[in-house]
This record gives sequence, structure tokens and C-alpha cells, in this order.
Amino acid sequence: MTLHPTTPDFKDNAHRALHDPELQKALGHVQHGFIYKRQSAVERLPEFKTLRESARDLKDHVLKNLDLYLETYERNVAAAGGQVHFARTSAEACETIVNICKSHGAKSVTKGKSMVSEEIGLNAAIEAAGMQAVETDLGEYIIQLRGETPSHIIAPAVHLTKEQVEGDFRRVHTHLDGARDLSEPVQLLTEARGVLRERFLAADVGITGANFLIAETGTSIIVTNEGNGDLTQSLPKVHIVIASIEKVVPTLEDVSLLLRVLARSATGQDMSVYTTLSTGPRRETDPDGPEHYHVVLVDNGRSAMLGTEFEDMLRCIRCGACMNHCPVYHAIGGHAYGWVYPGPMGAVLTPSLIGVEKGGHLPNASTFCGRCESVCPVKIPLPKLMRHWREREFERHLTPAVQRFGLKIWAFFAKNPGLYSFASRAAMSALAWLGRDKGRFASLPLAKGWTDYRDLPAPQGDTFQAQWRKRQKEARR
Amino acid sequence: MSAREDIFANIRRSLGVTGNETTRRGAVAQRLEQTPRGPIPSRGQGSPAARLATFIGEATRVSATVVVLDTAQAVPEEIVRFLREANLPLTLKHGEDARLSALDWQAAGLEVATGRSDGADLNAVTHAFGGVAETGSLVLLSGADNPVTLTFLPDNHFVVLAAADLTSDLESVLVKLRRTGALPRTINIVTGPSRSADIEQTLLLGAHGPRRLHIMVTLN
Amino acid sequence: MADATIVALPSNETQANLHTTRKAPEITLTAAPARPRVGLFATCLVDLFRPSVGFAAAKLLDEAGCEVLVPPQTCCGQPAFNSGDRVTARDLALQVMDAFSGCDYIVAPSGSCTGQMVKHFPELFDEPKLAMRARAFAAKTFELVSFLTDVLKVTSVEATYEGRVTYHDSCSGLRELGIQSQPRALLATVKGLELVEMNESDVCCGFGGTFAAKYGEISDTIVTKKTANVSESGAPLLLAGDLGCLMNMAGKITRQGKEIDVRHVAEVLAGMCDEPPIGARKETRR
Repeated sequence: MTLHPTTPDFKDNAHRALHDPELQKALGHVQHGFIYKRQSAVERLPEFKTLRESARDLKDHVLKNLDLYLETYERNVAAAGGQVHFARTSAEACETIVNICKSHGAKSVTKGKSMVSEEIGLNAAIEAAGMQAVETDLGEYIIQLRGETPSHIIAPAVHLTKEQVEGDFRRVHTHLDGARDLSEPVQLLTEARGVLRERFLAADVGITGANFLIAETGTSIIVTNEGNGDLTQSLPKVHIVIASIEKVVPTLEDVSLLLRVLARSATGQDMSVYTTLSTGPRRETDPDGPEHYHVVLVDNGRSAMLGTEFEDMLRCIRCGACMNHCPVYHAIGGHAYGWVYPGPMGAVLTPSLIGVEKGGHLPNASTFCGRCESVCPVKIPLPKLMRHWREREFERHLTPAVQRFGLKIWAFFAKNPGLYSFASRAAMSALAWLGRDKGRFASLPLAKGWTDYRDLPAPQGDTFQAQWRKRQKEARR
Repeated sequence: MSAREDIFANIRRSLGVTGNETTRRGAVAQRLEQTPRGPIPSRGQGSPAARLATFIGEATRVSATVVVLDTAQAVPEEIVRFLREANLPLTLKHGEDARLSALDWQAAGLEVATGRSDGADLNAVTHAFGGVAETGSLVLLSGADNPVTLTFLPDNHFVVLAAADLTSDLESVLVKLRRTGALPRTINIVTGPSRSADIEQTLLLGAHGPRRLHIMVTLN
Repeated sequence: MADATIVALPSNETQANLHTTRKAPEITLTAAPARPRVGLFATCLVDLFRPSVGFAAAKLLDEAGCEVLVPPQTCCGQPAFNSGDRVTARDLALQVMDAFSGCDYIVAPSGSCTGQMVKHFPELFDEPKLAMRARAFAAKTFELVSFLTDVLKVTSVEATYEGRVTYHDSCSGLRELGIQSQPRALLATVKGLELVEMNESDVCCGFGGTFAAKYGEISDTIVTKKTANVSESGAPLLLAGDLGCLMNMAGKITRQGKEIDVRHVAEVLAGMCDEPPIGARKETRR
């Protein structure tokens, strides 16, 4: 059921993205909005640096004791009247959820935004079982209408312009007046609110993800701005939470800590509008809320990341700051990454989850500029982890042959300073002579990857070391 | 092996642990018992007056409106004032909260109903369990006194917050929460009215939840 | 943090500074040499493409009271390290450490190569002895401009450059080593020079070593944004502290036919702008 990755075609995907004018226009909004807002929020909180360090330490502590916190969490969900299900794979997770829906005779299922549900291909599974799955987050709703996947983990429709959204609403909402004005975002939002309100009230099952799970209390938490997650989980008679196993944290206080870094890193808000803690099904005297509460915990390859150099990645709280600050993401958007998770976090996580054979491009398509790591709220050393993937590829001879060969030749010279000095002097003198007229090369055999896009500045002449020694010798005379 | 057993076995194999280590179990038990706090920002700290000022500032930043009232008795009139100004009908729904039920709504001219919302209610009022100065957030607990649907379905959400329940940080609310016993089904931490920036990063209020959030802090 | 190594430092103040700016390993202070022996690690790009940057660096170090040595050298191994070839990266790290073993400091006109030596050499060795050696080596290795300001306490340079310049913060220098204020502080003391900041000076230029060739099209999009920001600043001269980024940006600027010169910051600080700008014709000097 898992979404079929197009990651092996990353270069083609990127090429298409770079030549998609609507996408390029939409991406302009990412580059500026998110970065400025995060920066302002961080500057307003002097304790932010300390909070990041504490958040990192907390997540590390959890990962080292994940088995114990999961046990505690499971026990406390049950104590509150809920039920925890474990799923090793996407297929198991989908099957579990579909079975819960079926057992309640569900026809319509509303969904809050959940990246892990994208990862396991949940919508397709629900539809295949003859039920309707309705995404209720505005961005998710839009891309569902288009048959697309999210291009960003917190702003799923960030790759679209309002004109594209207008076209989709006109195409799908045929029951509404064809002459209505939809030229402004506010009109689009109002229309979606109206259409989705009916869906919320009609749903039999509501599925949400979880930003955190609390071991101490058996609580699941969602953080949203729209309120769709709350309507999703409060109106139907069944609430299903889907979450990956690393989402558990020890206590309410620990959630409070993580909340302080989450929204600031994500959208530049101090707090998202709705932080909702859900514990079990509705109580006997409650006038509303779900009668049944299920949690499906998915592993899907995460337990195998523990204890490896990729364990750090499991600290991720899915804020999206890394992609918001990534020059590569800014250039190509999220879909080019070819699977569920884009940007730097995707470049590390995707090979872990779908295999480096398929996901290998992603950790290579980075300049290692380090901006992602510098903004990560839980201080994941993303460039370092991408480099670890490159190391695994190199060890397993997955690195492209041309690159491997080039590296070998270069290493041969670099490890032999005498040869290097001789060869480099000869090569640079020749190149300098060839480039003497223009001072640069517009094309150069073996350097097409470079000169297709930019000139190669010509060397000045003899090497620095040769000139230096010559001058030293002259000075001694 | 069941999925559950398999996952636990994999986690333990990867971590190189058995699950029976007394030191790990001890550390985890201790953390759950002692519930240590992370760093608490200074922003929300200070005297009650300073906290109130911070709360008002932060809530206003996120597009909530805030008024301070001398007593809870002034709430109905304040809601009427707000609704008249916004040219809205004088209807209101609230839960079975004793503090809200005690107020004289009729005298102020409001048509009041109680219970959960089915989506047809335009205006609702709820009573907050707590407020957080640091972020201008409200903490609402679900129950018969405070149906969760009232927080999300109506267009206009009025919240009464007793000044005495306004704390500097979320951690202080958690202390109070633990004293009340088991957690309710839903705890809503609400920071401003509903919004979305999903279309071209344009921030718009009133996505799926309330378009307006009006907070009334009562001093006595 | 307890691996005590002996490094000669000019003053107590310098040692304190080392700790605050970089969390260097514990350092035991010994008698300060009057004239520290500084090994200049030219970097392979400077060695091959732009020796004038090496001479500018040497001049700046010499004028700041250092004895400049240039031991035979090739590369810091970063290309191997970033390609996943740890074995070669280790071999080259050992080669560099051997070559510069007689130096009080190692200084490079590049944040990227310095980052490799300071941040990544220690990561390459699991063996305690080698790891300790790598940490000790890292502790005495510095990027040129920050070495001048932070270690040698240079507060001004004797140079003149008439005109406006804009400065690009190369990623490794900025984010691995915290180099941002130092070049600006020294540029402010160049007579006639006016620094105008471009937008997003701290955003990557798209070079990324082999990335520029492997993912040329993406790299091109990134560098095109960068040169647009450079143009918008209105400055006719672009400076940075890393030759890789400079060659990328200069290559794009000449391809676009923009009338903007590109130089390494050391050339301006040393008052050595006689050579044509990067990628420019010999006879042309705009």
C-alpha cells in the first residue's frame, strides 16, 4: 500500500520541478515567509538555545529507553479505556485501521493531517476497502482533490498557487454557484470550511496523527492551527490515532518543553492555535467526544534505526524547519524527492525507510551548507547523517562508477605529494595557457557538469607551492 | 510472534538491552515519578499584574481579543456588547458549568441554550480551567460543564478566565491538573482563533474552528 | 575534554578567547613564542587556481608577526570524506597532520577546509591516540581571517580599496566555525572600502563541492539566486573567504555577463588586487 517512490528518478524529478513555472512561483512563498517568521519567534525567546539542548537530551533519553516508555504508554492508554495496536509494517497498520473502521460499519472517515498515514498509504487502503477517506486539513484537502501527495510536511499544498486551488474547487465543488468569486485565498478558505463542515458531521470514524504520545498518562497530542484535527477526533464515534513508535515522551512536562520549540521552528508561532491532549474515549458524563479510542503504533523500519548512526534521526519532531531553510528544497520543492518525506529530514529518513538503493540520491543532493542543522529544534546533525549514507553507499559500491573512478585518481595524487606537485604544475600551467585569453573556460571536456551552467575560472599559472618555493629560494640567495 | 512482541524484540535488539536492566527501569520510573521540568522561559513570570499584562499582550498578538472585567457578573453584558458591535444575533450556548449557569443571561438580553453543539450554534461561551501568560493560551477541559464541541464548532468563542487561574507557564497549569485526578478525555490548549496559511502562505483566520476568540478575564 | 595538549600561545587573553569562540580542547599554556610558526595550508584550490590568495594570506600573517611556513601539501581530504570514502579521508588527514607537525598553528584561507580539519578530523579516528592527536591538531587550526582577529587580535589592516564591496558568508565558515563578524570587522578598516550587505548573504551559493557537478542544474538554480542578490546589492566587487564558492559564483557571473568582479577577501585585506579578478581576463581590470 505504501506510496511508490519515484526517488530513483530524483534528477528527472528535479529537472521537471525546475521548469515548472507555477511551482517556482509557489516556492517563493517558502523561502521568505517561514524563515523570517521563525527568526522573529526565536529572537523573542532568549531561552530558545537552552530549550533546544534540553529537547535534544529529552529525545535521546526516550530513544535509549523506548521499550520501557512504550510499555508504560500502552498500559496507561488501556487504563483510560483505549486500545493500543502494534503494526510492524505499512500493510499491517493499514489492515488494523481498516478492520477497526469496518467493525464499526464505517462509510465515511475523516482524517487530520498525518505524515505517517502518508507513509503507510492509508487513504488508498481505506478507499480499497470501500470507504471514503476525507482529508480535512485545508492543504491536505486540496492535494487530495488533485490526487497529489504533500510536498511539505507541515504545509502540504505549499507547491500550489491560489489559481490552481481555484481551478480544483471549481472542478470538484460543482454543487456551488459557478459564477462565485474565488479569486482570493479567503474565499477559497470559506468554501472549504463550508464543504468540510458537512463531512465532519457525517463521518463515522476520525483518524488523526500524533505529534506526541505521553507515557505517563496514555495521552495522544495533536498540534494544529485550523481546528480540523479537533473536529475530526471529537465528532465521530470512533477516534483512531496513528503514530510511529518514536513519538512517545515520558511526561506532560516533557511535552511542554517540546511544544516550546515545535511551533517556533515550524511556523514561527510561539504556540500553534490548538494543542489538544486526548486520553481515552469520552467519559460517561461527557456530552460529546468519541466512544472508542484506538492507537495504532507503527514501526515500519524505525526500530532498526536505533543503535545505529541514524538513531539521531528519530529525534525528529516533524517541524519542517530543515526544508524551510534548505536551498535545494527551495529550488525543487518537495515532490522531486519522490517519496513522503522531503528536504533534509527526508534525505536522511527516506533511505532508512525505503532502502538506500532507492533513496540514495537524496543524501547526495545536498551542498552540506548546514543551515538545516543550525535550525533543527532537536539538533539532528543532518549533514553528518547524510554523509553516513554516502559512506554506506561507498562501502557497498553504490556510488556511481564515474564518481568513484574520479575520486580514486584524485586520491592517488593527493596521497603522493611529489606526484601531485609535478602533475598539478603541468596541468595548471597548461590550463592557464589555454585560458589565457578569456581567463575562464566556457566549456571543458570532463567538466561538463560544471561548464554546462557556469564558466570555469582559469588558473593563474604555476601552483602556489611552486611559486612559494621559488621565492623562498630567491630570497635566500 | 505478534507484531507487538516483534517490535519490542527489535527495539531491544537494536539498543542492545533486555528490558530487565534495573538501572534503566529505575531511571524511567524516576522520570515518570518526578516529572522534571525543562527550562522555563522568563517571559510569563512575575507578579499577578505582570502576568496579566503579558497574557493580554500575547493573546492579542495571536489575534484574540481580551477584556478585563471586575466580576464574572459583568460577563453577559460584555458578550452582548461584543455581539452588538459585530452585528451578530444575541444567542449563546454554554455547558453545565455552574459558574456560567449562575450568571443572569436573560437580563442582559441573551437567548441562551446549554449542552453540546451540533454545528448550528453561532456563539458559545466556556470557562477556562487555566490561562498561560507566557503564550496567551487558554486551557480548557472537556466534560459536561465544557463540551469540547463548543470550543470548535461555533463561529465566535467566548472564554471566561478567572484571573486567579492565570499562571505564568503551562507547567504551572499541569501541577493544578494533576491535583484534579485523572485527566479528562480532552484538554484543549487554545492560543488564538483558528487559522490557516495553507494557500500561498496567506494567514487567514477562521479555518475550521472559531473565527473570533474573545477572552474575558474576571478579577473577582 | 580532558586531553591536555601543549600548544604555544602568544598570550593569556588568546587562550581565553580560544575557549569562548570554539570550545577547544583543554590547552596547557607554555611560554609564548615571540613569532609563532604558522603553517599555511593553502588549500588545493588556491594552490592550483589562485596562488595570489596564498600570497595574500602569507602577507597578512607575516604582517601580523608570524613566521609563515608552507610545508609540502595536497588536500585536506574533504572531497573523499563527503563522498563517503572514509579510508582516503583518514589517510589524507594523517598526511596533513604529519606535514604540519612542526607548526604552532595551522591556518587556511578557507572555512571549508578549516572546517574539515577542525570539525571532521577528530571524527575520523576511533583509536584514542589518533583521536587525541586529531583533537590537538584541530585546536591549533584556524581559518585565516578569524585567526587574525580572534587569535592574533588584529584589529585593522593596512590596505586601500576604493569602492563598494559585498560579502558572501560561505557555509562552512559561517556555520561550522562561526565566522561572520570577523571579515566584516577587518574590511571596515580598509581605506576607501564601503561594505554593502546583500540579501541572504548567509544562504548557500550552491557550490557544495562535487554537488555543483553532480547536480549541476539544481546548483545552477541556487547560484543564480545568489548572483541576483549580489547584483541587487549594487556592489561591483563580491568577496568571500572560500575559493570553491568564489569560483562557482564567479563562473556564474561571467557566464551571465554581469559586470561584477569576484575576489577572495584576503586579496583585499592584504591590499593585493593586482592580479585580475577570478575568472577575468588578464588585461582587464574593471
